[in-house]
Amino acid sequence: MNQAYIGAPIRRREDVRFLTGTARFIGDVKLPQMLHAAILRSVHAHARIKSIETAEARAIPGVAEVITFEDIARGAGFIPIRMYPLPGLERYLQYPLAQDKARYVGEPLAVVVAESRYVAEDALDAIEVSYEALPAVVNVHEALRDEVVIHEGNGTNLAARHTVSIGDVEMAFRQAEYTRREEFKIHRHTGNPLETRGLVASYDSGRGELTVWGSTKVPYFNRGILASFLNFSENKIHFIEPDVGGGFGIRGEFYPEDFLIPFAAIKVGRPVKWIEDRREHLLAANHSREVWCEVEVAARRDGTLLGMRAKIYGDMGAYIRTHGSLVPISTASMLTGPYKISNYQCAVHCVMTNKMGTGTLRGPGRYESCFIRERLLDMVAGDLRIDPVELRKRNLIQPDEMPYEVGMTTPGRSSMVLDSGNYPSALRHAVEKFGYDELKAVQGRFEQGKYHGIGVAYFVKGSGLGPYEGARVGVTAPDSVAVYLGIGTMGQGHETTFAQVCADGLGIPIEKITVFHGNTDYLPFSIGTFASRGAVMAGSAVYLAAQQVRKKILKVASSYLGVADEELEFRDAQVWKKGAEGQGALLDLAAVVKLAGPASPYHQGEPGLEATAYFESTKNTYPYGIHMAHVAVDPETGILEVLKYLVVEDIGRIINPLIVHGQAVGGAVQGIGATILEELIYNENGQLITTTFMDYLLPNSMDVPAIEALTLEEAPSPLNPLGVKGAGEGGIVATGAALANAVANALLPLGVEVKELPLSPNRIRGWIREAAGKKGV
Amino acid sequence: MKPAPFEYFSPSNLNEALGLLEQYGEEARILAGGQSLMPLMNLRLARPKVVIDINRLSELQYIKNDNNGSLTIGALTRQRMLERSDLVQRGYPLLTATIPLVAHSQIRNRGTIGGSIAHADPAAEIPALCVALEAEFIVRSARGQRVIPSKDFFLGYMATALEPGELLTEIRMPAWDQAYGWAVGEVSRREGDFALVGAIVLLRLEKKDVCKEARIALFGVGAKALRMRRAEDMLCGGNLDERTATEVARLVSEELEPDSDLHASAEYRKEVGGVITRRFFVEALERAKKAKKR
Amino acid sequence: MSKKAAITLTVNGKSYERSVEVRMTLADFLRDELALTGTHVGCEHGVCGACTILLDGEAVRSCLLLAVQADGRKLMTVEGLARPEELHPLQMAFQERHALQCGFCTPGFLLTAHAFLKENPVPTEAEVRKAISGNICRCTGYLPIIQAILDAAPIIKSVSRE
Repeated sequence: MNQAYIGAPIRRREDVRFLTGTARFIGDVKLPQMLHAAILRSVHAHARIKSIETAEARAIPGVAEVITFEDIARGAGFIPIRMYPLPGLERYLQYPLAQDKARYVGEPLAVVVAESRYVAEDALDAIEVSYEALPAVVNVHEALRDEVVIHEGNGTNLAARHTVSIGDVEMAFRQAEYTRREEFKIHRHTGNPLETRGLVASYDSGRGELTVWGSTKVPYFNRGILASFLNFSENKIHFIEPDVGGGFGIRGEFYPEDFLIPFAAIKVGRPVKWIEDRREHLLAANHSREVWCEVEVAARRDGTLLGMRAKIYGDMGAYIRTHGSLVPISTASMLTGPYKISNYQCAVHCVMTNKMGTGTLRGPGRYESCFIRERLLDMVAGDLRIDPVELRKRNLIQPDEMPYEVGMTTPGRSSMVLDSGNYPSALRHAVEKFGYDELKAVQGRFEQGKYHGIGVAYFVKGSGLGPYEGARVGVTAPDSVAVYLGIGTMGQGHETTFAQVCADGLGIPIEKITVFHGNTDYLPFSIGTFASRGAVMAGSAVYLAAQQVRKKILKVASSYLGVADEELEFRDAQVWKKGAEGQGALLDLAAVVKLAGPASPYHQGEPGLEATAYFESTKNTYPYGIHMAHVAVDPETGILEVLKYLVVEDIGRIINPLIVHGQAVGGAVQGIGATILEELIYNENGQLITTTFMDYLLPNSMDVPAIEALTLEEAPSPLNPLGVKGAGEGGIVATGAALANAVANALLPLGVEVKELPLSPNRIRGWIREAAGKKGV
Repeated sequence: MKPAPFEYFSPSNLNEALGLLEQYGEEARILAGGQSLMPLMNLRLARPKVVIDINRLSELQYIKNDNNGSLTIGALTRQRMLERSDLVQRGYPLLTATIPLVAHSQIRNRGTIGGSIAHADPAAEIPALCVALEAEFIVRSARGQRVIPSKDFFLGYMATALEPGELLTEIRMPAWDQAYGWAVGEVSRREGDFALVGAIVLLRLEKKDVCKEARIALFGVGAKALRMRRAEDMLCGGNLDERTATEVARLVSEELEPDSDLHASAEYRKEVGGVITRRFFVEALERAKKAKKR
Repeated sequence: MSKKAAITLTVNGKSYERSVEVRMTLADFLRDELALTGTHVGCEHGVCGACTILLDGEAVRSCLLLAVQADGRKLMTVEGLARPEELHPLQMAFQERHALQCGFCTPGFLLTAHAFLKENPVPTEAEVRKAISGNICRCTGYLPIIQAILDAAPIIKSVSRE
């Protein structure tokens, strides 16, 4: 494979418009006659809606329309599950507007359309809603008692159950020389891209065509849902993705607004724009991560892990979102991580509460399971008096055991097979880079008023989710190349990385390439951008399509030159005779473009130089790695300082090291912030009390430690032509685990146990106080 | 999140502003730096019918020493002006140290000292500073002027003694005594946040490290910044050393009755209030000893 | 219902006269009335810094200013940073260091850095870190932004001497 570009730290070609303020985010999209929408949202967590009086709102000058449930009672549908269905979940889906009951604070009740967002919000103030408040249930244990049932027709808040079972866990526990049982909780938080959600919808009633701007992540799927709700054919709906200010899994799934705004545009006959504000985003964009886990591990005295059994409770919120059971199921499916634990059982429960629905956040289920498992392993290491790194080393899956079949850990999917990996080697790299053997001497040391700790966490995660992704590569006169993608982008640098892949696949300088993305007209089929699948799936498709175009070039050249195509090669945008470089290039790309034209005798049955390729795969690829953290905790204030942080990740093959490094560092900071600062907190009445950035705290530049990221390419994936694995999530996955382990080690002298997140000063002080109380101090 | 409709005035002099305030009374809010009011208005938590923008009242922007050395600051003086002021840097180290704790530089570019005081957030640094220094506030209305000592000004959670129609125009801080040892700081979750709990300590020593004066102000610990009188009284007249620090911390902790909120429990604030008092006491004592030597 | 006021202001060296609703924020005015959409809105309560612009040379949050308050003032937005023939050294440094991913926070950081370097042309790493602590980025983790500003500082300083 020619590799002039893949692997090179090419500076991003898309940067200029972002640097100069000429990018076009959804908030920047303006159409003539455009109106603005605002959503009326429930102020109660659980209430019957007796009436919604809109007359006063409609009378406000500048208000064009107020849409209520009656307007959409027929002609919408329940927002379906896109992935990870489980029997039973389909009974808990959300209709785009509440009918007679609100089930979470923030649930959409009505839509106002007006001349400006200012006036639309005035209209919201003027709408009178009559509620009959009901008791709210806000945690899973309370919800499981079914005293307050959120969807009465279903009779229970336990929406679905599933048990993963591998090997013989009973036997493992019978044979165990040591067991340990613990309970862990991961806190509710979310991704908060800096840009909130937004949509602009415009309906051409003459042609019956709808254009929607603002979709991202899974536009094709969303278009399909919208088409079915509106009873349109999909080819009459165009989804255009503008520049997107981050996604992190939160943005892009089908939300009520994804129906309401297009519906409004059709109803009022003018384009309608909706830009979510931050308060709405915290209330009503997907929440994630809230999982409770009871877990037990069985082992031998020498630290060999024999088995694990667990119960996982996912707090799903009031409605099952498009991700179905993903968060708790993904927590279960990779709970055994990179270790040889062949006896494993996990009962997963999806439990409904009066809160916003749960969806994916970067590394969904992986951040959670990594925290649970790696905390538990540290506890085991402590009990058995084995060094934490040594314990992990003893249980890692070995390179000669790859590919390693874990088993059927995700319902509805094939058996999980870890495709490739040299787990021990990555651990060695981490130990060396971090200086673990020297630094571990600080464990529990009290220095200048602070306790020091080192934490280690090993992760494996799935990436490159199939089943397919496509790309179209085409050359236009004189010699420019277009790459058309179905997938969207929200900051990952696709315009650069896919140009790199195409440049090498085709054999041309990167300057000739433009990457087009974000329009459902480009390709007929696409799955989307999530689960770190872009490079694997779309990257492979780009590569395949580019190679097909290269073959066409050689065939056309061969036909024209009268030379067998095996004797020709195409590189640097020129056709050469193999082994005859001294004679110079025979044809340049511009010439071949002409020769391949429709009227030319040299095109090979199909004019032009274009190819569409789909890369199909039912198997994930599995990047893996280790995080290590050095922290100092002030025991008197609970303030946690992260002194040093290391991310080691093997992604098989690096397309652009600059971008990969950016993902690792960015993911790590996001994870560190989430672990120490962030939390979505509901009070006992189901009111979200963290509704602004004064209360929901995001990390700033002062919160960032010295972070190093080391990316390895020791275990390319055998599952795609590039050998790549997804690089988008490794930076975040093990942050909760590594920091929690570090804090636990730091505060071991005080008898503190760390079993939940976040690691806030209030919590840390509380644990210290509790431990002191136990000691009778 | 857009503000609800309001009527807007931008008076060009103080009398005009006071006239408008008199006219609209409780229906009006003063817009100074806007760093506290605008978020409230954008969130529609504040919906004044009238907004009186005082940013054109340049006559309220000044930093001066008057004859007896006290620092007089116009209420509209931007926090950044205080940060950059030579006069303050040379003559008022505690003020110089406190201002950078307020939020971030972009906020301080607009935020005013008067605005922070009138907003009276119990976790804010500037009101606490005024309480520690026993500053006085000049308050004017169309009907006249009065002087309100800071101890009478802050009534509770974002509540002050300002009556409808009144405008804070000047802050007077007593002359800074070079013999003061001082310390100021806070525990916050991120730098620039409001304090979970914060403290200001001022100490003055006589011969042999006997305490002549002690002031301890805590903020973030209740409805307003508090002077910890029991601790102050214990210190006065006594010998000060590191052991006193522990005792002071204990007294402060005992005296505090803070609230719980989503960031910290009452217990946390009670404990940590004591902890930071101890730490800042030690810092202030060191400075006081050095100051004495001069 | 909401009154209007006439304002005149200079943005990026160009003078504008407009009639605005008094409650319109400066951020919305720049974006919607002047079509300068480089200034972004991330939170509308003064925390994230995406809306940062320069008001008479000082970095401020335009979501916390009313448009009417900009009457008679000189503003700079990100659109005013690049020179006609080439990018500003800060912009070049950001690209070089991969200091942007989604790009939504970038204008705010550029202007904060621009104002900061005017005041502190030879900053330390710690000073840069502090100077940008009022701007949130969700993608990059800040380290490349800090590095880009440190890279740009000497270039800006040498250019300004000319």
